[in-house]
Amino acid sequence: MSETTSNAPGKAGFKFDIQALGPILALVVLIVVGYLLNPDFLGSKNITNVLSRSAFIGIMAVGMTFVITAGGLDLSVGSMTAFIAGIMIMVMNALIPALGTSWAVILVGMGTGLMLGAAAGAVNGLLITRMGIEAFIVTLGMMVIFRSLVTWMADGGTISLNFSLGSIYEPVYYGGLFGIRWPIIVFAIVAILGEIAMRHTAYGRHCAAIGSNEQVARYSAVHVKNVRLMTYVVLGVLVGLASVLYVPRLGSASNSTGLLWELETIAAVIIGGTLLSGGFGRVWGTVVGVLILGLIDNILNLTDLVSPYLNGAIQGVIIILAVVLQRARKSSR
Amino acid sequence: MSLAAANITGVPRNESAAPILALSNVQRSFGPIQILFDISMELYPGEVHALIGENGAGKSTTMKIMSGYLEASEGEIVLDGAPVTFARSREAEARGVTLIHQEFNLAQLLSVEQNIFLGHELKKGWLLDHTAMRAQTRELLDRLETPLDPRAKTADISVPEKQMVEIAKALSRKARVLIMDEPTAALTTRETEVLFRQIDRLKEEGTAILYTSHKLDEVARIADRITVMRDGRIVRTARRGELNEDQMAEAMVGRDLSDMFPPKHPADGAEPVLEVKDFTIGTLVKDVSFTLRRGEILGFAGLVGSGRTELMEGLFGVRSSTGSVAINGAPVRIHNAEDAMKAGLVYLPEDRKENGLILTQDMRRNLTLLALKKFSNIVIDRKAEEAALDRAIEEFDIRAPSRDVLVGNMSGGNQQKVLLAKIMLAEPQIVIIDEPTRGIDVGTKQQFYTFIHQLAEKGHSVIVISSEMTEVIGLCDRVCVMRRGEIAGQVTGDDVNEDSIVRLAMGLEKKGNGHE
Repeated sequence: MSETTSNAPGKAGFKFDIQALGPILALVVLIVVGYLLNPDFLGSKNITNVLSRSAFIGIMAVGMTFVITAGGLDLSVGSMTAFIAGIMIMVMNALIPALGTSWAVILVGMGTGLMLGAAAGAVNGLLITRMGIEAFIVTLGMMVIFRSLVTWMADGGTISLNFSLGSIYEPVYYGGLFGIRWPIIVFAIVAILGEIAMRHTAYGRHCAAIGSNEQVARYSAVHVKNVRLMTYVVLGVLVGLASVLYVPRLGSASNSTGLLWELETIAAVIIGGTLLSGGFGRVWGTVVGVLILGLIDNILNLTDLVSPYLNGAIQGVIIILAVVLQRARKSSR
Repeated sequence: MSLAAANITGVPRNESAAPILALSNVQRSFGPIQILFDISMELYPGEVHALIGENGAGKSTTMKIMSGYLEASEGEIVLDGAPVTFARSREAEARGVTLIHQEFNLAQLLSVEQNIFLGHELKKGWLLDHTAMRAQTRELLDRLETPLDPRAKTADISVPEKQMVEIAKALSRKARVLIMDEPTAALTTRETEVLFRQIDRLKEEGTAILYTSHKLDEVARIADRITVMRDGRIVRTARRGELNEDQMAEAMVGRDLSDMFPPKHPADGAEPVLEVKDFTIGTLVKDVSFTLRRGEILGFAGLVGSGRTELMEGLFGVRSSTGSVAINGAPVRIHNAEDAMKAGLVYLPEDRKENGLILTQDMRRNLTLLALKKFSNIVIDRKAEEAALDRAIEEFDIRAPSRDVLVGNMSGGNQQKVLLAKIMLAEPQIVIIDEPTRGIDVGTKQQFYTFIHQLAEKGHSVIVISSEMTEVIGLCDRVCVMRRGEIAGQVTGDDVNEDSIVRLAMGLEKKGNGHE
């Protein structure tokens, strides 16, 4: 970011910075409003709560940022979480007779979650890149398929983790380091790695190139299909990671697990300034977007100013507003 | 030239008729930059008026002002003797002035018939009159000798057919003034003949036609009146027969063409770098074989659609191909752009906006995209990138308002320089340049010719493809001429001239070590 030899800053660059500040300003306003409405808002307990609940969406949203930047989309992440969580629980329960209620079972469960995520992402990615089917269609189909599989696996009810196994697994969600819960730590690490990958690696550059103009990327020796496939695989792994952190929270999976998470994930990415049409992505923006969505939910729950049932309506307004701002930026170029 | 002074403004008027449409002292500026200076010209009924000039001379702007797409900053547009201002193109169309764009304005997913009547649909009551529209479409297409189904989807028809549909569309609007922006650029010889017959017919009906083309032989053939533009000014107006093609070219360029090009250096004795044998791409390129030597500038000429670009895209690995390719004597297999780059071969695509540059990114990202591996270990070395950009700006004289300007906001010439710098960052041995100077101004063209010569002098081997005959002739000591996917022949040394290239390109003669 240190423009050593820059001439007078270009008009485009200047406007761009104001645009980039938008989500941050919104976040600051939310924090101030939250504090004024209820001083407990900034208490460490509340903050921990907000952050660890946002972590699931956040981890997936980092992966989604790459998918969208490369010109793709993944609608299946919410029901994929439910599916992976369901399979993980079933695998772990099934292993208890063989391995007892031990960490070994949980480690196998975690491995299953991550592998399954990678596999599901690969299926999405292969259908999109090799078969040439639109991302919207493929992932819409997968979304419905995963949701239906979970319902079927749970026989319309809930898949529950063995109780004593659950209490061994619990610290993965509720425990942490230096008073910071694991989901928050993992989210932070994923976000930092994502930010580095997006801004400072060839991979991030390639994603943006593909999203901007696939032909130029191809003529510039970028392996378009492979890069795009990888965005879905990485997102799948991150969905697996989110599931690994999610299962110990409730110890169960059902038809309603991860419901509408795909929309929240995509919304966070867009609010953060990534272009839905691809070509430009901002991981830190996504993190801000995740926090904005999490805080709105939290503020509505802490105060009785507006019914928490209106949460969705407010989120919707913010998503549309974010895109309107993007438009303004585009046309000002 | 003694001729030049004689006839700047004074063309004997076609006394019998008044002009339908005229521009009178029209000026046009974009922001602080004036594009058109004092343009006055008249279009007479039943006359073909050719407007010629280099890219950037102001032809398009002039045509857009005539047809209501742009307003004049100063001056008057006179229609049927009375000054008019067209608020927009529809208004101009309603008064019989129609522009046929070079880039087609057709809705890809609509049928031919729907496109022809788009915005002017025939109705019976409040329902569409499909029967009448289909019948009229058939009639129009018959007149244009284009056997097309009116129901065909526009996306599925060929480029020349699209051109014909555009013309049919204009005919259906009963245009009195028809402005055609390079209508033959995408047409084959046969289709061009059909178009010329239509132009003759329209002339007889009293339509005024403004026609632009880079093909000066066409201009000489069909134009009743020729206006030459250069740098936003009209430099010459002449009647049929007063200018030959060389004089037209000279008036357009404004200098002797021989000054444009550095002296040639034949590379006869040098060792072969690239050997291509029986190279085939589907039905587009058939059994092409040729050799490129170290330090050589090899030209590829041929009509649009003769397979030049496809051949090079195949060599670069972005099209699948069969046949053998050897670089420095060793056989190579190139399946994608990365293979090509590793083998030391790079390609500067014909269409820089579609295939060359990311217009929404800055110069630095564009510059390093192809050779990005050189700049990244695990993370990208930003300082090295900035240094590379410094060198590129210096070496290729890139002029931009600031370092982080988006490439899409730069001029065509500077974009092309960024693109050349980009492919040269890969440190290639073989450089294929497709249309090196498309859409850039004369001064920058000359710079490019110098760059290309410098590349050859440094030991790179260069292939230049160009639709501008002068370019190939001025740059290359050896030229392969393609026709219908094959190399029809090659010319060297003194044989590199317009006549012999055109003869090969048109299939009039076989020459040199042509392959059949």
